[in-house]
Parts: sequence; C-alpha cells; structure tokens
Amino acid sequence: MKKEIDSDKAFIRLNNVAKYYEMGESVVKAVDGVSIDIKRGDFVAVMGPSGSGKSTAMNLVGSLDMPTKGHIFLDGEDISSLNESELAQVRGKNIGFIFQQFNLIPTLTVFENVVLPMALQGVPQYEREEKAEKILRRLDLLDRREHYPNQISGGQQQRVAIARALANDPEVILADEPTGNLDTKTGLKVMDFLTELNKEGRTIVFVTHSPELAKKYAHTIYWLKDGKIERVTKERKK
Amino acid sequence: MNYFILAYRNLRKKGIRSYLTLLGICIGIFAVVSLITLSNGLKLAVGSQFGVSSTELITVEGAGNGFGHPGSGQVNPLTQRDLQEIEKLSSVKAAVGRVIVAGKIEFNNKVVFGYATNIPSGKDRDILYQQIEAKTAVGRLLKDSDSGKILLGYNFYANKVGLGREIVPGNKVNIQGRDFEVVGIVEKKGSFIFDNIVFMNERDIESLYGSIEEWDFINVLPRDKKEIDKTKEDIEKLLRRLRDVKVGEEDFTVSTPEASLEQVNSILNAITIFIIIVASISIFVGAIGIINTMTTSVLERRKEIGIMKAIGATNRQIFMQFFIESGVLGLIGGAIGVIFGVVLGYFGIIGINNFIGAEIQPQISIYLIFFALLGSFLIGAIAGILPAMRAAKQNPVEALRG
Repeated sequence: MKKEIDSDKAFIRLNNVAKYYEMGESVVKAVDGVSIDIKRGDFVAVMGPSGSGKSTAMNLVGSLDMPTKGHIFLDGEDISSLNESELAQVRGKNIGFIFQQFNLIPTLTVFENVVLPMALQGVPQYEREEKAEKILRRLDLLDRREHYPNQISGGQQQRVAIARALANDPEVILADEPTGNLDTKTGLKVMDFLTELNKEGRTIVFVTHSPELAKKYAHTIYWLKDGKIERVTKERKK
Repeated sequence: MNYFILAYRNLRKKGIRSYLTLLGICIGIFAVVSLITLSNGLKLAVGSQFGVSSTELITVEGAGNGFGHPGSGQVNPLTQRDLQEIEKLSSVKAAVGRVIVAGKIEFNNKVVFGYATNIPSGKDRDILYQQIEAKTAVGRLLKDSDSGKILLGYNFYANKVGLGREIVPGNKVNIQGRDFEVVGIVEKKGSFIFDNIVFMNERDIESLYGSIEEWDFINVLPRDKKEIDKTKEDIEKLLRRLRDVKVGEEDFTVSTPEASLEQVNSILNAITIFIIIVASISIFVGAIGIINTMTTSVLERRKEIGIMKAIGATNRQIFMQFFIESGVLGLIGGAIGVIFGVVLGYFGIIGINNFIGAEIQPQISIYLIFFALLGSFLIGAIAGILPAMRAAKQNPVEALRG
C-alpha cells in the first residue's frame, strides 16, 4: 500500500479501521484494517466491485456506523469515541450526504427537505428559509420548491438531495453512488456540480463502481477489494 | 424544529386503516363528553321539575304515589287527620294539603285532558304562593273571595296544551262541564307539572269532585329551616304512630327537595361512573390501537428514520417526532369524539326539554372540551412512547437500507 499523503494535513483519517458483521455463526469482515488519510479539499473516489466494503467504509467516514476496531478522526477529533447524540451533531454540522436513492423525505416538499437539516440544528426559521431559498436558486430548483419528491424527475431529486447536503454548509460531502440512478447526461451534471463544490474548498468523497467516473473527476482514488485497500492512485487534474 | 408540522405531514399521508384504530379513543371521548353534558343538563332538568326552588319545603306523600302525578293508586293515602296532626307539631310552621285531580278541559271548541290542583284559603294560601313562588305573567293570583275563577299554568298562555289558541285572563274555560273565568297566568316555571296545571280554589275543586278527604301530598314548612332534617324526623315519627307502622315499613315518604335531588344525583352519578368505566375501557383499547399503528409506522418508515439520522437528527429528535405524532393521532380521535359528544349532548338536552317540557339551556363546557382534547393528546402521546423509543434506537445504517 502506497502512503503518499502527509498525515499531518489529514482532514479525515481512518486508522486501521475494521468493521465486522456477525451473520449467524460466521463473521463478515466488511472492512478489514483500512487506513486512509484524506486532505482537506481533496476529491476522493472510493472504487471497488460490489461487496468490496466501499459503502461500509463510506458509512464509517460519515459517522453513520461505528467501527469494530480502529479509530476515525475528523479534523483531528476522534469520532469513534463519541456517543450517538454527538455523532448526530457531527453528521448534521460537518457532513453532507448524497445517496444513490436520493433519500428525500416523501412527505415534505422540496423546500422543506432542504430546510430540515437546518431545523434539526436549531437554525432560526427566518435564517433557514432564506438559506434554503438561496441554495435552491443556485441549483435552479426554485420553481420546484413546493413540489413533493414524487412530483419531480430523478435528476431534480438528486439536485434537491445536493441542496439538502449543502444546507448546513458542511466541509465534507459524502456521495454514495450519486449517479447510480441517473442517466449518463444527468449523472455528469451532478458530478460537475460536485466538482464546483470541491473548487469552493469542500472535501468530496464519493463511492462508485465506475472507473471512468472515478478517473474523470477524482484527485485521489482508493481501490478497495475484500474490505482492504488494494491500491491508491492519484489523478492529475488540469 | 416544529414537530407538529412534521406530524401533520405524516398523518395526512396515513391510510384509513390508521384512522380506524382511533375509533377507541373517539368513542371513549365521545361517551365522556356527551355524558357529562347530558348529565349536567339532566341535573338541571330534574331540579327544575320540583318547580320549587325553596329548599325549606318538606313534601309528605302517601305510599304508591308516583312522582308528581295524581293520587290514584295510593294504597294508604294521607288523611285530613294526618294533616291536622302534622300542623300541630312544634317544629312545623305550616302544613298545606295538596291534591291533583284529572279532568276534561274545554276551550275554543277543543277538549284536552289535564290536571288541576287546589289553592287553600286563608294564611295557607299565602304560604303556598310563597312555597311555589307564584307570580303571574299576566293577570292576577286567585283570592279567597274568588269563586268560579282559575289561574293557569304558563303553557295555556303559550298555546302549548293543544287547545288551539292562547288563553288570556278574561277567557272562559270549561272544566268538567262548568265554566271558569281565567284571572291570571302563572309565570313560566320550565316544569312540565307546573306549566300545564290549572290552579283552583279548594271550594271550586270540591264543587266539581266532592269534598276532599284525602291528600295526594302535604307541603310542610318547618319552623326553623336549619332544623329541616329534625322536622322531617318528627313528621316521620308522628306518621308512623298515626298509621301504626314500624321503621322500614312506612306507607308514606317524607322528602326534602335536597334529599330528592341528592337521590336523583346519586343515580346520575352511578350512571356516570358506569359510562366512565366503559369509556376508560374504550380509551384503553384505543391506546393499544395507537401503539399498534405507531409500531407499524416505525417499521414502515425505517428508511425515513435512517435519512433523518444521516442529516443530523439526534435520537431525542426522532423520539419527539414519533411521540408528538402519536399525540396528534390521539388528538384527532379525541377531537372527533368531542364534536360528536357535544352534538349529542346538545340535542340530547333539547330532546329532554321537549320530553318533559323543561327549558334547560344546553351547557357546553369549554373546560370539558379543553381537558378532553388535552387528555386525548396525552393518551396518544403516552401510547406512542414505546414505538417512539424504538424509532429513536434504530441503527442509522440498517434503517437506511429500509
């Protein structure tokens, strides 16, 4: 395993992290001793075939899941020792999630879906509504603000999901197969937008099984296989 | 974070199945609200039927006498001697014998059957007028010198007795074949008995029905109204001796308005307790229904819980969301129950009014509605505690898988 990243500048660090699941008698090693250092402002792709543990790794980075072994640091803080409520705070304030299935709340409008993460953080109503409007305008979704998720297209839903991920101005955006449910053209638009966010200084980590996508957009690619990092490659971008 | 808006959004999408489980809460709250409204009305109605607001009046009746109406069927009626002896008691200020007779009333070429009651002469007249708080709406009260004259209950004036038109002082009304001149109409009492009766001087009743030997009941005014219970005991002792009966075998009853009201109220209270038990069971079943609905809802919305957690919802926030939603679910059931309860209570009172001729204003208590709604919200919320805890404890990764 190549180690090319200056660990002192690591923004997200996985230190020999493992995640095991008990399935009856046997133990599934979804992630098995992974160490990753991600610099602030990096654009990272996690590549691998299905079952390689890339989604599990993503969940660990996003503090959705707790590692069985090892430590995870976010901006120097060991999040693997936090309780559930503190983890929720970390997720709410520092991380924006984008999912393959969009995962919008079906009973809320586009606008309310974007407002929700801010409401959960106790942002005052006036402030959060103004912010939501600003973000929706940026994503060209203002005319859809009163629509429900099932009333808009997949591409629009993923844009709403991105808007929601941006609500609390997180430093990290985690995207799990963000283009998986979109046609090629719409998918590329989503990736272009993530690039734009990266240029603003946000750290982007996305999971994909498409080497083309990874190579086209990511600066750093982690190749996972059987829960371990197979190799790390750097892509030179113009 | 407005949990009520979230709850409203989620409940709006719920199917009819979820709302059917509210039936229990709905029926329970309905029963409580309608019953309390009705029973408050009934208590007022019963109170008004005594027609006498004077709490210092003791009523003595012979055995077998029904409540209020004529003396027929009395096994052992009250006699003139009973009346005279009661009057002699030291604790009694005055005693007035009363009869109610049935008869044919003819006016405006129409005939109805009604009741007439006697007005005694002399000082007993004043006592009776005072006891029944007799005031006229029009015309005047009867005097000792009146003969062939009558005083009528309010319903004759209001044309509610079936004689085709209102009767006013000066009109002639034929009773049992003899013409009587109306001198006055008694003020409205809101009581079926008082508003439909014909008041006649005792002599006129005797001229129609023969001399009065027996009394349907005797009104007794105690010397000291604070000693009303002692007076009551004195009368009972006296009548047991006069009529030669033992304690517990009395062929008469001596009652005070308060005691009678208490009796009615205790029956109403027993009914209230019964309904409250039924309502409680219904509410309990309703609460189980809500637990069931909310548990299903938590399972159905696992993915949503996962999303909420991913975007920063704490366990407490998830708990509150389901807790409040469950409370609102209970509140909806309660609100429907309150609406139906108020409607039944309201029309029930109107029905009672029509049935017994009373004029009770339906009393819709704001407090009752407020506490019924608060209660149903709390029942729902409490029923939601376990499902909400379950929702809060979901592992985000597993929940996101759906």
